[in-house]
Amino acid sequence: MFDTQFLIEVLVGGLLSGVMYSLVAIGFVLIYKTSGVLNFAQGAMLLFAALTFVSLVERGTPFALALLATLAIMVALGITIERAVLRPLINQPPITLFMATLGLSYVIEGAAQLLWGTQVHGLEIGVSDIPFDIAGVFISRFDLFAAAVAGSLVALFTLFFRYTRTGLAFRAVADDQFAALAVGLRLPRVWAAVWTAAGIVALVAGLLWGARLGVQFSLSLVVLKALPVLVLGGFDSITGAIVGGLLIGAIEKLAEVYVGPFFGGGIEAWAAYVVALALLLVRPSGLFGQKLVERV
Amino acid sequence: MTTITETTVAPTRLSWLTPNLLGVALLLLLGYGLVPWIGSDYLMDAVLTPFLALALAAIGLNVLTGYAGQVSLGSAAFLAVGAYAAYNLNLRLPSLPLLADIVLAGAIAAAVGIVFGLPSLRLRGFYLAVSTLAAQFFVQWALTKFGWFSNDNASGVIDAPVIRIGSLSFTSATGRYVFSLSIVAVATALTARLLASQIGRNFIAVRDHEVAAKVIGVPLLRTKLLAFGISSFLIGVAGVLWAFAYLRTVEPAGFNLDRSFQILFIIIIGGLASLRGAFIGAAFIVVFPLLLSRLGAALLGSVFDSGVLEMSQRIVIGALIIAFLIAEPRGLVALIDRAVAAARRLRSSQS
Repeated sequence: MFDTQFLIEVLVGGLLSGVMYSLVAIGFVLIYKTSGVLNFAQGAMLLFAALTFVSLVERGTPFALALLATLAIMVALGITIERAVLRPLINQPPITLFMATLGLSYVIEGAAQLLWGTQVHGLEIGVSDIPFDIAGVFISRFDLFAAAVAGSLVALFTLFFRYTRTGLAFRAVADDQFAALAVGLRLPRVWAAVWTAAGIVALVAGLLWGARLGVQFSLSLVVLKALPVLVLGGFDSITGAIVGGLLIGAIEKLAEVYVGPFFGGGIEAWAAYVVALALLLVRPSGLFGQKLVERV
Repeated sequence: MTTITETTVAPTRLSWLTPNLLGVALLLLLGYGLVPWIGSDYLMDAVLTPFLALALAAIGLNVLTGYAGQVSLGSAAFLAVGAYAAYNLNLRLPSLPLLADIVLAGAIAAAVGIVFGLPSLRLRGFYLAVSTLAAQFFVQWALTKFGWFSNDNASGVIDAPVIRIGSLSFTSATGRYVFSLSIVAVATALTARLLASQIGRNFIAVRDHEVAAKVIGVPLLRTKLLAFGISSFLIGVAGVLWAFAYLRTVEPAGFNLDRSFQILFIIIIGGLASLRGAFIGAAFIVVFPLLLSRLGAALLGSVFDSGVLEMSQRIVIGALIIAFLIAEPRGLVALIDRAVAAARRLRSSQS
């Protein structure tokens, strides 16, 4: 017998966990849009932010103060990365920058764990994970909270991009780096701002993921979950990150429940990639990604 | 901004050792004539054998990424395919000689590589890089999920068979080293020949400008799939060496994403599109952590426990990669070439 209610429950659960992927993916998109770099260190930044916050709280810092301190540290990290890594690599091909972020992810992961230790920390952000009942379908309160946070973050970014001067600068740089330079935008400053923004997204995502999984090294592997989302949505579209996240979340859960048993389960690790790949074969720049124009 | 393949590397030299074949002969003489007699077991077992296996894997990845310009993050998957294929061939077809097993294992890895290379026909740059991760996760999942691959071994860790060719057996540290050296030398020579041929030039044309390559008549489909096939073949053979000659066990856990990155780091540090670079990079990646642990133990003593060591290794390797990319994006090879050129100039100005 086919159980519709169960299907809806799986679907909603999937969509909501997809929001968590979107949160990670937005950090990637911000940086890709403005500098054409796939920032592999996003996961490491997420780990670093969550670990710093948890360690501060465990050492007796009040919640709000710890949040502020972590925020300040992420801003400092963003500026440092721009100065130490990106600025010397200006004008290098994107693949070089990508490899630099791979190196960066090693440095940040190592530093985070060297500083705060490798044990697993629990993180309590004051939202209970009790499911509640909407028309017979159980929905996790925590998932809803995460979705709300993600929604407001996206709204905030949209407003920021549209109505502030810095946002305008971001868009200009994303559109055409050379033209942006030519009209006098300071690329290093814009990049520092973007990496700071990505750091803040990492903090938010890190807190939510940390509350769900516990703060530990495997948190940085969330990147690997976010990559198919990016591929599906297109690397340079925030809308794509959201839609892609929802799709991947739903597909992953549905596949695990309905297709998984045929393979003996555990297909979550690659199902998302296969779906993303299949879509890419039809649309090579994802659902919302910018089309590539090639000239000889 | 749009493609990640353009102007990645300096003009490629088609002869792989700049001065001449003399250097290669000298190295081989050293490798066969001197090291097995005077090298300690530790040197051959823990340094040279993994170095050779990783160098071969790096050559494989270099064919794909350095020469043909297709970035792959799934190398470890093909290492695993090679290792498991050789293990199963050896187990299920005992009449086949080991060398045939190794070649067949490479061929199986190549077939898997071609399948996962299919997206490259449509995808570019980072989209392709991410899609190669699918190979990484799928292969690792399949190998742990289906007991058949590991002969239903409960722990998933299996003993690799003894390396034996005819009546010769290569069980000692020296034997396994000599065996690896021979395989790597032959594979390298063949790859060098191949890259110097029309096929190699096609790879470079596709890397430098895909549309332009197509316009001048390079068959894109065949060239890209060939690059994936050859690359995976070499990496698969390297996987056999890694499992049979170095670890002497076959287990999926050793072929994780970190291993893929390690091989990628080797070709970045060594130098893209250079066979010498693969060897230099592999030497660096193998020797450097050993040096660092010695150095750490000497400087900091007991504070430097294994946890701290691992973390500081990560930090230092990551920082080094960034430093290399900033100082010399073309890798150690370019650094060495520059030093040699400077030394020559100095000498000629003195005389």
